[in-house]
Order: sequence, then C-alpha cells, then structure tokens
Amino acid sequence: MEPFVTLTGVAAPLDRVNVDTDQIIPKQFLKRVERTGFGQFLFYDWRFLPDGKENPEFVLNDPRYRGASILVAGPNFGCGSSREHAAWSLLDYGFRVIIAPSFADIFYNNCFKNGILLVTLPDDAVRSLMDAAARGVAVTVDLERQVVETAEGASWGFEIDPFRRRCLLEGLDDIGLTLQHEDAIAAYEAKRKDNPLAVFAAR
Amino acid sequence: MVAPKTLLDKIWEAHEVVSQGAGKPSLLYIDLHLVHEVTSPQAFDGLRAAGRRVRRPDLTFATMDHNIPTDVPSVIRDPIARKQVEVLAKNCAEFGVHLAGIESPDQGIVHVIGPELGLTQPGKTIVCGDSHTSTHGAFGALAFGIGTSEVEHVLATQCLWQQKPKVLKLELVGRRPAGVTAKDVILGVIARHGVGFGTGHVIEVSGEVVSAMSMEERMTVCNMAIEAGARAGLVAPDETTFAYLRGRPFVPQGEAFDRAVAVWRTLRADEGAVYDKTITFDVSGLEPQVTWGTNPGMCVGVKGAVPDPAQAASETERRAMERALEYMGLAPGTRIEEIPVQHVFIGSCTNARIEDLRQAAAVAKGRKVAPGVRALVVPGSKRVKQQAEAEGLDRVFKEAGFEWREPGCSMCLGMNPDIVPAGERCASTSNRNFEGRQGRGARTHLVSPAMAAAAAIAGHFVDVREWLGELEAAATGGR
Repeated sequence: MEPFVTLTGVAAPLDRVNVDTDQIIPKQFLKRVERTGFGQFLFYDWRFLPDGKENPEFVLNDPRYRGASILVAGPNFGCGSSREHAAWSLLDYGFRVIIAPSFADIFYNNCFKNGILLVTLPDDAVRSLMDAAARGVAVTVDLERQVVETAEGASWGFEIDPFRRRCLLEGLDDIGLTLQHEDAIAAYEAKRKDNPLAVFAAR
Repeated sequence: MVAPKTLLDKIWEAHEVVSQGAGKPSLLYIDLHLVHEVTSPQAFDGLRAAGRRVRRPDLTFATMDHNIPTDVPSVIRDPIARKQVEVLAKNCAEFGVHLAGIESPDQGIVHVIGPELGLTQPGKTIVCGDSHTSTHGAFGALAFGIGTSEVEHVLATQCLWQQKPKVLKLELVGRRPAGVTAKDVILGVIARHGVGFGTGHVIEVSGEVVSAMSMEERMTVCNMAIEAGARAGLVAPDETTFAYLRGRPFVPQGEAFDRAVAVWRTLRADEGAVYDKTITFDVSGLEPQVTWGTNPGMCVGVKGAVPDPAQAASETERRAMERALEYMGLAPGTRIEEIPVQHVFIGSCTNARIEDLRQAAAVAKGRKVAPGVRALVVPGSKRVKQQAEAEGLDRVFKEAGFEWREPGCSMCLGMNPDIVPAGERCASTSNRNFEGRQGRGARTHLVSPAMAAAAAIAGHFVDVREWLGELEAAATGGR
C-alpha cells in the first residue's frame, strides 16, 4: 500500500447524498479477477451516456475537475454493496482523498486498505469545500496534522482512528502486522478447544 | 458486580484474540468465512503473491451464486463471468477450501445455504465478502460483510481487526396485521428512520414481533439491516432458532446438540444492558410496503401515493427526491396501485427461502400472470428448490405463468443474464432499488413475495391484503 502523508490538488464536488457502490462501480464490471484497471468504469452510468459518449453534465467530465485527486460528496457515501471494486476504481481513477459528512462502514474499511484517506467533516464544512472547489480553489489534506485547508486560507481539523492513521502514514501491510500476533492467535485457537463456545467450531 | 452486557458484548468478548482497550480495534477471531466468486479472486491472488496459505480451510466454505445463469447454470456464455467462476474452483482446489459448486446439491445463494446447512450458528462470528452477510445475525451470530482485502486477511489469519461497533436496540412492538410480512416491517423501519440510521452500529432486534417471527422472517429483517447502514443485525437465539437448526448437516448432532443449545441459551442481552441508541417501532398500523425511489428508504404503504418533493424537509432531500422520481419515471401524487409492472422477480438472499416461495405460491395459485408481464421465481438454493418441488410449488408457479428457475442471485443485481431492460419496471423481492442495480435504466420497486406475486397477476401493484380471504387456507401466510 502506498503511504499517504499530505496531498494538494483539485477537488471535485459530487453534490449528491447516499451515493451507493452500485453507482461508483456498476455490477457488470465486477467480473474481472484483477485489482487494477477499474478507473475507466468509475461512476460509469453517470459518466457515460448509453451510447458510450461522455455525459457533459456529470461533474467529473467538467474540464475544471479533470485530474481531481480529492472528491467531496454528500452524506452516507459508499452505502450498499461491500464490493472493494468501488475503492479500486476511485484509486485507479486518481482519487486519494474523499471528504463527506459520513461514510458507510464497509466502504470506509475498504478505502483504508487501499491507501485512500476518508475525511469526515461537518455538513457546513463540506458545503464550503464544494463551493471552494467550484471556484477552482486548490485543497490540501494533511494527514500528519489532521487538517484540511483551502488555498484561500479556510481550514478544518478532522478526527481519525490512530491505528488507521499510522497504517496510512507508513503504508503498512495489514496482514504482516497481524501475523506478528501469531502467538496470540495460536493461543486462542488452543484455548478454543476448552471453551464452552467451541461448539461453534464444529464442522 | 459485572456490568450487564448486550448480546454483542458477549459475542465480542468471546472472540477477542488481542484487545487493546476501549476505543481501539480488537483482533477478532472468525468462526466461519463464507466465500463466493465475485469478491474473492483478488484475495487468493494476494495470498499467492505473498506465499501464504489459507490458515483454516476447515472454517472456510465457498459457493457460486452471483454470476450463475438461472436457466442453464452450467452454460455461462459471458466469458468474463465464466472465468471468475473457474478461478474460484481453481483457488478452492489449490488452497483446500470446500466448494459447493454448480453441480453440488448444496449450491445456492451464500446467505441461504449458510443457515440451511447449519453452518450458521448462534454466537459465531461470520464474515463474507458480501454486504448481506448481516442475514446470519438472525441466529444470534455476529455476521458482517467485508471487502476483498479483508477477505484476504481472514483467509491468511482467520482474524480481523475490528473497532467495536455501537449497539442500537430496535424493539419491534405491536400486533402485525395479516398480510404484512417481515419485508414490510424492515422496509417500514427504514422508511421511517432513513438509510443511514444504523451506520456504525449493530442493530439488536428484539420485541414481541421478532419473537413471534419464523427464522426465515428474521433472516429477511437482518438481511436488510445493511440497508439501514448497520454493520449487522442481531436477534437473540430462542426455541425457534434451535428447532430450525436441529438436525442440519453441520450442527452438532444428538447429545452434542443439546449441549450446544445450553450454551446458546446464554446468548441474550442481560437485564439492564445499556444501548447507544434505542428505537421502538410499532407495526400495528403498518401496510404492505412498496418503494417508489432509488433507495430502500424511499418507501410508502401500498394504499399511499408517490410523495411530492415540494413537501421535503430539506433542500438536499428535495433534490434527491426529484432525481429519484426522474429516474423512476414517476409523477408526485401517483397512487401506488396505479403503477404498472413489466417484470416480477421473486428471489434473492432477502426473500428466496421456502417460506417466501410458499407465500408467493399461495397468491399465484389458480391465477394467471397478466399479459405483458415476465415473472421469475428463483429459489435461493438447490435445497429450497427441491423442497418447493416436493410441495408442488413449482407446478403452481408454472401453471400461473411464472418461470421456475435454478438457484442464484439472478435479477437482484444483474451480474448474470437476468436483467431488467432500461425504462421498464420490476416488482422485486430483493433488497436494493439503486439506480441501475437490475440493469442500466431499470426501475426497481421493492416488495414482499406475496405483493410481488399479486403484482404479477394484476399487472400493477395491488394490496395483497384484499386477496387474503382466499389465502387464509395457506399454511404460512403473514401472521
């Protein structure tokens, strides 16, 4: 996983609520067995018209937001299916940060596993950021200092779980970290045999 | 004195391998890992790249469901879908994971077969690369959906780092009217409280209404806990649960089962347990529900009408409603019963169990599907299909003009040949009415199996309660 420390870039405002993972990556693209190459399918039904041409009405097709690396969206972003393809498509398209008032739980986990930083900010802050983005103001997201700033000088602090922060800052491989607890896992498995709850394991 | 515990507390504490104290994630042991073709290929690739093995193949169980055609399952014409299914078979063989493949009598939708095989048991931690894993919570198991990186993590370590969720107590009270199903109850709750009210929480469902529900009904409720944003749904196991599980292939047998039941009985919230949030929902006045929009919370009673965005509580909501109505091709004020349907889908992990099919068949019996309507019945598993055929339900459906299909996810998500064409409407017993879910431009209306069957026959939505006189003879109608 690529570490994330700080990023300054173009922010794209996606002013919609409850954006679900079926919109982020429609189901017909979930059949691939690779992790890569999903960016071309991001927001497919919104980005492209039925004839395959770009939909000029959709925000990511607006020339102002080409090359955006920060997405600013409405609450409950990423709800629905657990498909990690949603995170893969956002990352492959070029997004490293998503800012919204709230995120769905599974999507939240998936993004962090892929080095995408999700920043939760209050409604009014998200609204201000959308307005700033529309004016073409660059946005900086600094994970070290836990702050979002605009080039106009506005800034908001944000909270993040320290474990996730560390994994992102250092680009840590989760499984490798867990395997450092091999002794604890083995001890738990041994103990399970005597645990009255071990009936669960019967298979 | 020990503080009273919630059901979540009890399951959580029994599975903590590493605890780092309050507010920090715990390393949680996973008792059952269910695997399917769509969310696993990249996880197995990751193992291979790192030279890792599957730590506990004995706690891992795979099936194929999302991509499987429901006409002739063994003929997958889409080469990319076929490859995904082949890759799962190859991965399972290479890593020693048990696979209930297309030819297996155990094959079916992952959230249907887990319970029916008895893999799903009270108190277990269960994960699957699928958001509707919440279904298994109906048995008092802590069951939640995960992404592919987490699938790889569980394959490699049999553990997951998890922040302990908050707990929301959902009390279902009142008297459930005849013709009002578990599907209507959960849709009603989400319509009232919104698609995000469960975010960050496990929903412990309790109250007289859920106590009186069958396991199939509880599964429908927990299945859609994710549509409220919840990590999981959770129902304390009781006699109904134990009776359902007794004798299933993967539960302990004989005396060992009785010993298991003695432990399972302890899996309930203590008196005085403290919840982060409590919601009480009275089902007494509830009507059969029909969604009109593009998320499950956009839902009204069948006697109602499509709402007017002008009445929305906020500007944001107004715009979301307008957008949904435009996609759905509906005008405010349209009565639900006036909305015609061209497709009917009875199936999915929400409503494709034997009881669901019985309810739909009771409505279909002796009637005919309306001209111009294509109606599919897709059993949730091979076992459900076999049972339904033994009861003659397949004949009831076929005589009424429904197509009787092979098990799979089918039209719930359009990853297989069963899709709804753009601009057409589907009365669907599935769980998501998102834009494009059943096909690009497809218009989905979520309903119960009985309501879907009635819509197939009428050609538009109807209040199935008005047909109830004839249905009362049916053994397992709405309570």
